[in-house]
Amino acid sequence: MTATGKPGARNRVGRQTLRFPSRPVIISTGTAVGPREGQGPLGTGFDVVKKDTLFGEKSWEHAESHLLLEAAGAAVRKCGLTYADLDLMFAGDLLNQIVASSFAARELDVPFVGLYAACSTMAESLALSALFVDAGYAARALACSSSHHDSAERQYRYPTEFGAQRAPTSQWTVTGAGAAIVAAVGDGPVITHATLGRVLDFGIKDPNDMGSAMAPAAVQTILQHFQDTGFGPRDYDLVATGDLAEVGQSIAALLLKEAGLDLAGRYTDCGLLIYDRSNQDVQAGGSGCGCSAVVFCAHLMRRLLNRELGRLLLVSTGALLSPTTYQQGDSIPCIAHAVTVERAGPAPSPRGPCPAAGGGAMLR
Amino acid sequence: MTTATVLPFLQAFLVGGLICVAAQLFLDLTRVNPAYVMVLFVCLGAVLSGLGLYGPLVEAGGAGATVPLPGFGHSLYQGIIQDVTENGLSGLLTGGLKATALGVTAAVLSGLVIAAVFNPKG
Repeated sequence: MTATGKPGARNRVGRQTLRFPSRPVIISTGTAVGPREGQGPLGTGFDVVKKDTLFGEKSWEHAESHLLLEAAGAAVRKCGLTYADLDLMFAGDLLNQIVASSFAARELDVPFVGLYAACSTMAESLALSALFVDAGYAARALACSSSHHDSAERQYRYPTEFGAQRAPTSQWTVTGAGAAIVAAVGDGPVITHATLGRVLDFGIKDPNDMGSAMAPAAVQTILQHFQDTGFGPRDYDLVATGDLAEVGQSIAALLLKEAGLDLAGRYTDCGLLIYDRSNQDVQAGGSGCGCSAVVFCAHLMRRLLNRELGRLLLVSTGALLSPTTYQQGDSIPCIAHAVTVERAGPAPSPRGPCPAAGGGAMLR
Repeated sequence: MTTATVLPFLQAFLVGGLICVAAQLFLDLTRVNPAYVMVLFVCLGAVLSGLGLYGPLVEAGGAGATVPLPGFGHSLYQGIIQDVTENGLSGLLTGGLKATALGVTAAVLSGLVIAAVFNPKG
C-alpha cells in the first residue's frame, strides 16, 4: 500500500512525505495543563492539572516554561528514564524568540533544537524526532510543545488586564504542554510517516478567525498525505487536525468532501475535543501549540494504547503570523504537518495484551 | 420615591444604554477592533455636538450621554467653542483640554495609582 521511495531519497514518498522504516516508538508521553483544560472533557487524562494559571511564577512566560518542564518531567518519569538518557530535545512555542521552550531547555541540559511552526509544532517535533531516531542520530528524542492562554493573549491580542471582548470566531489558546519521547527501541505506538506541509495563504487577515485561515493548509497536507502514501481513508481510524476549532473544522470537512476524500465521521479536531464549548466560554474552541500537544499526548495516545485506534493521522495546524504583520495588514500564511502514528505491532490487526493505560507505556 | 426622582435615572439608563448598544453592534457586525470603536465614538460625539445633535441628548439623558465616549467628544467641541469665544483663536488649541481636564487628569492619576499598587503580569 505504501509507495516506494524516490531515486536519491529512498525514504521519501511522493512530493512531501517521509517514511520511517525503523518505525520509531513513542515510549512515553507527558502532559501538564491549566485549570480550564483540567475542567474540560479530557481533564482526567492529563498528568498534571494546575489549580491556577501562574503556578507561583512571576510572569505568564515563566508559567508557560514551567508547564513545559512539568510535561517533559512526566514523560521522562513515566518510562523510568532521566534527562541524561535523552539525546535531543525538539521544542517550540508561540512566544517571541520561543522563550518558553529555550527557558525550559536551560533547565534540562539536553541538546536542544528550537522550532517555530506556530501551532503545528507538535507534529513537526514528532516528525523531526522520528527522523533523527530513524536515521540513527538519536536513540531517544524528546518532542514537545507548549502554549499558555495569557502569554499568547498578551503577545498577540491585548494585555490580559485590559479584558477585551472576544469575537465569536476567536479561539481560546490552550494553557498546556505536551511531551513525547520517541525512541529507537521500546514499547508503544510507532511513527511510520510524516508529511511536511507547504505554506498556504488564502488571504485571510482576521487574527480572530485563525480556523478559517488554517483549514486549507490542513486539507492540502491531508490530501497530499493520502496521495503520497497511497493510504485510503479506511486505512485510518482517525484523522485529527490540530486547532481548527468549530469554524475551521467545518470548512476543512467541507473541503475534504469536495476533494473526494470521505473520512465518514473519522475526522475530528483537537480544538473541539479539549473544551466543552457549550459550558466553558471558549468561543469556537481551543487553539495554540499546546492544543494538539496535550490532546495527542494524553487523549489520542491513550486511545492508541487502549487499541481503540489502530492508525491515527495527527495534523497539527499553524498560523504563521506575527503581531507586527497583522497590524501591518498582511494576510495569514498557514501550514500543517502530519504524522502517522500506529499502535505497535502489525497494524491494524490487534495483538497481545494491552500495554498499561494512562498515557505512557513503560520501556522494556 | 416619586416619578420625578426616578425619571432622570431612567432617562440616563436609556440614553447611555442605547449608545453602548450602538458601540456593541459596531464591534460585533464589523471586524474593527475595540480601539477603533473608542476613537470613532469620541470623534462621533464631537461631530454630533458640532451639528447641534448631542446637546439635546445630554439634556435628555444627563450622565447617560456625558459619561460614554461620545460625551468626551462633545466636551472637547463645546470647550473649544467656548474658549474661542472668550479668548480668540488660541482657544482652538487650549479649549478642548480645559473642558476635559477633570476626566483626563482623573484617568492619568488613577492609572498611576493602579500601576503603583498592582503588578501587571500581561
